Amino acid sequence: MTTRRIEITVGIFVALGLAALFMLAVQVSNLGEYRGGDGYEVHAYFNNIGGLKVRAPVTMAGVRVGRVSAITYDAERFQARVSFTISARYDQLPTDTQASIYTAGLLGEQYIALEPGGEDEVLRDGDVILFTQSALVLEELIGRVLVNLTGN
Amino acid sequence: MPRCWEWLDRTRTAREHSRCLTTRPPFKPRTRTIDASPDKTPWIEIRDLHFARGDRKIFDGLNITIPQGQVTAIMGPSGTGKTTLLRLIGGQLRPDHGQVLVEGRDVHRLSRRELYRLRRRMGMLFQSGALLTDLNVFDNVAFPIRENTRLPEPLVRNLVLMKLEAVGLRGAVSLMPSELSGGMARRVALARAIALDPLLMMYDEPFTGLDPITMGVIVSLIRRLNDALGMTSIVVSHDVAEAGSIADWVYLISEGRVVDAGPPEQLRREASDWSRQFLEGLPDGPVPFHYPAPDYLDDLMGGDTR
Amino acid sequence: MGPFQRLGRSALGVLERLGRGHLFLLRTLLAMGTLVRRPGLLLREIYSVGVLSLLIIAVSGLFVGMVLGYQGYITLVDFGAAEALGTVVALSLVRELGPVVTALLFAGRAGSALTAEIGLMKATEQLSSMEMMAVDPYKRVIAPRFLAGVISLPLLAAIFSAVGVAGGYFIGVGVLGVDAGAYWSQMQASVDFHEDVMNGVIKSMVFGVVAAWIAVFEGYDATPTSEGVSRATTRTVVHTALAILALDFILTGLMFGDI
Ligand SMILES: Nc1ncnc2c1ncn2[C@@H]1O[C@H](COP(=O)(O)OP(=O)(O)OP(=O)(O)O)[C@@H](O)[C@H]1O
Ligand SMILES: [Mg+2]
Repeated sequence: MTTRRIEITVGIFVALGLAALFMLAVQVSNLGEYRGGDGYEVHAYFNNIGGLKVRAPVTMAGVRVGRVSAITYDAERFQARVSFTISARYDQLPTDTQASIYTAGLLGEQYIALEPGGEDEVLRDGDVILFTQSALVLEELIGRVLVNLTGN
Repeated sequence: MPRCWEWLDRTRTAREHSRCLTTRPPFKPRTRTIDASPDKTPWIEIRDLHFARGDRKIFDGLNITIPQGQVTAIMGPSGTGKTTLLRLIGGQLRPDHGQVLVEGRDVHRLSRRELYRLRRRMGMLFQSGALLTDLNVFDNVAFPIRENTRLPEPLVRNLVLMKLEAVGLRGAVSLMPSELSGGMARRVALARAIALDPLLMMYDEPFTGLDPITMGVIVSLIRRLNDALGMTSIVVSHDVAEAGSIADWVYLISEGRVVDAGPPEQLRREASDWSRQFLEGLPDGPVPFHYPAPDYLDDLMGGDTR
Repeated sequence: MGPFQRLGRSALGVLERLGRGHLFLLRTLLAMGTLVRRPGLLLREIYSVGVLSLLIIAVSGLFVGMVLGYQGYITLVDFGAAEALGTVVALSLVRELGPVVTALLFAGRAGSALTAEIGLMKATEQLSSMEMMAVDPYKRVIAPRFLAGVISLPLLAAIFSAVGVAGGYFIGVGVLGVDAGAYWSQMQASVDFHEDVMNGVIKSMVFGVVAAWIAVFEGYDATPTSEGVSRATTRTVVHTALAILALDFILTGLMFGDI
């Protein structure tokens, strides 16, 4: 085994390893979508977020436009404060956009769906979305159905 | 006149080294003087050395002086600790008590860096040869040169070939250690040990496993290296005849102590019973042939001693 | 000897070995400077530790990925969530199986070889003779092998995961008919670069240090006989496997515990 061949094969090995890391970063994870910084953050208050998690998708007409970046509890409003980052490409969202928490499939992951309103003003970094619709909690729903049934 | 090792150590430049190769002192036949040893400047002094392996005492107050520029033979029965002694001198083992002084400095008090600097001027031929099995013969001999100096490759090549020529194995440069016979491997190891022209050479059993012709060559090589390069040599051996023929001074050790010392001729003439038995190879006498053991008959008859 | 004395003695023995192991690591780290001057030593070891392990890692990654494809599909299809297959495959690989299985295979393939090599060098007095030639075995033998392991393992783990994701794709999309777009988009939606990929990489780095450390230490500390070397080799595989699994538990708790 000559030094030259060793150097070449080691070079190929290291390149392969780095290529694999690169693939994991860009093709497998979300790094390709959001490179840090080029997005803006807006907030929304919900009465109940159900099972929403940090990093859940934020969609617009079914297309992914951002992701949930933080979830905290606001002790003054007794509500959940959800922050989400929206990709800088989608900077034309009207201020009266509505945010709703939906579930993908019956038992699937929860996500935030945005529905645009009609204002001319657009949302900027740090703005608060006023119109929100909380998550449907299955148990509540079933409970209500039962109450209705027995009430009749 | 500066010696090769001095150039290697201090400057390590190619030009000076090649000059050093050409200005080596000429070989002058030695005239032997029997009473030379004790008066010469001591190169190595071993004072009151104690060393134990577990409960077994190997050295128990050993005193040895090795003078500069001479060949000192250390002889003794198998298992008395001759190899151990060389390792103590090389700083690989620590004594329990006592000192090993090389050039007046205690080997075991040196810092790691100083110890390595000292070792650069020591060569040791291991009993097993201890060649690096993943390198071929050439690279094995080149190993200490490449690791310790920055000589350019052509010069390294010349040096290696010179050393291999001296042990008669220049033709074997490209063989791997596994392809060598036992005797060949030891000769390669010898070439490697002398690769840097050390000041002190320690040979652990240099004569075992050699045919008579090679043995003669190696014996005279050890002597010539010692005289021509001004080395100091320690030869550990069982081989009474060969060691006696090249040594200026012989130490006989047994049971952790020096039992007899002197020039070989004198030892042969006026030795104690012990030395005579050892030197003449008589089976009966004060030297125990056996490793310490319980009584033979007891051991055979009553297996319950263990 | 009573049971308590025996217990005490073995506990002290373990402590002593641990101490020696740490001193050994310290000396190895101090000897690392040589590799800056002589990268050739390192390259040679990366070759025998990393490049020669590549095939077994890639093949294992492929099979593990394909199995995940099948098993994930069978479980998910009952919930009507077969599109999430990409997520299942990628998260399992990137977070757990990539670093852990790679480290286990590494212990078997490269770690045992390192131990045996160093142990035999010790048994045949090669290390001793190096010392006497004023060559520090820590610099010449130990440090390059250790660092080669530390560098190779994360790269191998990344290759394992990447090949595994491809294997899952092959089974999920190619054989079982999951939508290709869904496979990738679901994966990208739920695998986070920092949380998942980077944590996996950190895991494999830690495993690399531990696996390489155990391998070279066991070799250097081996009893210099054929039996001693064979025992040391076994110990390398067993101890590395235990250490990796225990560390994986701890690291997983630290990294993903609070979500
Ligand atoms: N690693 C070791 N552990 C324990 N005891 C040892 C070890 N190495 C050597 N010994 C013991 O030390 C004693 C001296 O060993 P050493 O190798 O120095 O003998 P020696 O004089 O060189 O013998 P030989 O002439 O046969 O080579 C032996 O009795 C041996 O049992
Ligand atoms: Mg010996």
